Amino acid sequence: MRSPLGPRLLTLGLVGLLAGGALPQGGGAITIGSKNFTENRLLAEIMAQLIEAHSDLSVDRRINLGGTTVVFSALRNGEIDLYPEYTGTGWTIHLGITERVSDPLRAYLRVRREFLRRFDIQWLAPFGFSNSYALAVDSSVADSLGLRAISDLKGYQDHVRAGLSHEFLNRNDGYPGLAQAYGLSLGDVRGMEHGLAYEALISGRVDVIDTWTTDGKLLRYPVTILDDDLGFFPPYHAAPIVRRATLDRHPELAPLLNRLAFTIDDERMRQLNYQVEEEGGPFAEVARGFLQSEGLLSDTARRTAVTGERGGLWAFVKARARPTLHLTLQHLWLTGMAVLLAIALAVPLGIWLTRRRRIAGAVLGAAGVVQTVPSLALLAFMIPIPWLGLGARSAIAALFLYALLPILRNTVTGINGVDADLLEAARGMGLRDRQILTRVELPLATATIMAGIRTSTVISIGIATLAAFIGAGGLGDPIVTGLQLNDTNLILAGAVPAAALALIVDGLLGMAEKALVPKGLG
Amino acid sequence: MIALDKVSKSFEDDEGRTIVAVADVSLQVADGETLSLIGTSGSGKTTTLKLINRLIEPTGGRITVNGDDVQSVDVIALRRRMGYVIQTGGLFPHMTVRHNVGLLCELERWPSDRTAARVDELLELVNLPPGEFAGRYPRDLSGGQRQRVGVARALALDPPIILMDEPFGALDPITREQLHGEFLQLEAQVKKTIILVTHDLAEAFLLSDRVAIMNRGQLIQIGTEQELREHPATPFVEQFLQGHMGTHADA
Repeated sequence: MRSPLGPRLLTLGLVGLLAGGALPQGGGAITIGSKNFTENRLLAEIMAQLIEAHSDLSVDRRINLGGTTVVFSALRNGEIDLYPEYTGTGWTIHLGITERVSDPLRAYLRVRREFLRRFDIQWLAPFGFSNSYALAVDSSVADSLGLRAISDLKGYQDHVRAGLSHEFLNRNDGYPGLAQAYGLSLGDVRGMEHGLAYEALISGRVDVIDTWTTDGKLLRYPVTILDDDLGFFPPYHAAPIVRRATLDRHPELAPLLNRLAFTIDDERMRQLNYQVEEEGGPFAEVARGFLQSEGLLSDTARRTAVTGERGGLWAFVKARARPTLHLTLQHLWLTGMAVLLAIALAVPLGIWLTRRRRIAGAVLGAAGVVQTVPSLALLAFMIPIPWLGLGARSAIAALFLYALLPILRNTVTGINGVDADLLEAARGMGLRDRQILTRVELPLATATIMAGIRTSTVISIGIATLAAFIGAGGLGDPIVTGLQLNDTNLILAGAVPAAALALIVDGLLGMAEKALVPKGLG
Repeated sequence: MIALDKVSKSFEDDEGRTIVAVADVSLQVADGETLSLIGTSGSGKTTTLKLINRLIEPTGGRITVNGDDVQSVDVIALRRRMGYVIQTGGLFPHMTVRHNVGLLCELERWPSDRTAARVDELLELVNLPPGEFAGRYPRDLSGGQRQRVGVARALALDPPIILMDEPFGALDPITREQLHGEFLQLEAQVKKTIILVTHDLAEAFLLSDRVAIMNRGQLIQIGTEQELREHPATPFVEQFLQGHMGTHADA
């Protein structure tokens, strides 16, 4: 919900950078973005499939872009055309309105009006549900005590132990405001990681937790949401928000997306989130299942909705096989391009530096400085650069910069390490400079240069997992999502293949090294 | 004929002082002659050798080969007409014996069968049966065998001139003596103009027609063993001959 999840530091770093702007999208293509949590990604995927099924537009998915500010900046500068946003977020974060609002319609109408005026961005019809804060209690406790609404807590407030997320504890529209509005003063209030709160609630270690109304976990645990009878929590109704320029260019888009209006209520959204987070259903399949059940996809013959069957580890592994293969190829593409480009630059540059010893130190030093830039920051630096932007190009550029130093340094070291007597013998025999390079220096430096290439490749495979933060995909995708969902399986689904990939590629490069390094050495 | 006419080489050291490595050296080497350059370390003998194949460029004077100034000819062509052998052999460790010896033939784009025949011939000449040695890498050779390959490699393009920089310096006495014998046979067989740098007077007298004694960059005296012994030009030459006779005559 809101932007509670995700790498906030990155978000901070990106905000300023994104202001630089990027190339506008055009033609028969449309770019859909999303924030980095399940619900938002799923809504984006639903919209993408709907557009693909009912128009000639091709859809470029930039899902999982980052936190709220990153995605909104991407929308404003035309990097993406639309994404799902929440009225409460528009109200407090994008418009900066401090006044509280509880009427959903008033909230929607005002953000719609102001967004058009200030940002030239159109709010389309809401999906129907509101992802707002809520308090939850154990259902059996609720039944025995007759708890239905937040006001009912007052009678027991001295004995109530609350386990609240740190963000909820500190936000004005969280506990402080809530306590004031309801005149509540709970006996024991402690901060707690949201991922652990349900277990704490069910095991009776706390009595109340905060959650949000569409949390898929609500279906997994026997908990009851207390009614916000005073209407304290601001409404967070989700709706597609689209650049006006995009709507002008594609007039068919608004009516099409408005077919999703009020198709998803809170309960439905909870189920969809549950299918992804708890059952491991792929986004595309869950989205397709939803659209088919709504009769919004013409070809119902394709596949029925995702079954609710819960599988074990094997089922998880089987379900991950296809996406993992795809992500692995993406990962290899990012890494491979970066390392090949690095080789193409660093080897000739290294050779040149061995002939220019005076500047060699300066160039190696500069490449070394690049290595000290934290990888996430380096990724972020690439985004505002024209033609790079969010996605694979920036990731390749950052990985390329990282890959330079080991290759460059090893090329210089390898060539400088060739025995001076051999070079003199070669010159004295009458070899030309180029022949000395190709016949003597490079063959003798091959082992060292290859070691540099191996180092660069293994480093790149590791760092490439961070590329998911800027929407470049790869095996970091499940890791980032898993971190957000607190889903260890999903984290491992990215981390294990990434580690295996590094080992396998290193092994293959080792074999290549054996084949390339001339015999007679070592 | 190789002629050095008042050839000098000086350079500046790190503190800006001028160091004279070779000072006004003039000498001639006749076709087919073997000349040894001898002196203590720092005497300028190796620098003088490298001036001839332009591994070092002179700061003064003129070097001609058969009347042509070496500065006016293509340096690559010049070096390919002068075989070059160094103390450690300088064999390329990533190439087989065959590849080392045949490298220049290959670079000269000889047909491969001609190169192969030439390599076999040269290996026979230096007493390394090709069947046994051609496929080996330098690491699988003894010091003496490496030196023989180095000599074979220098002879590959059949150059009229061979420059040798302490070719036997790193060998044990027994191997050295053996190679001295082979060198004398080879000299008789191939008839080259040879300039040999050494610090071993016995070796110099044994292998060469004339000996040039150098000290501190200057050529002190040049002549046959007999000329030097009967008419030493300076007290230094006299001492040099005695000192070295003392150490090496009995060796």
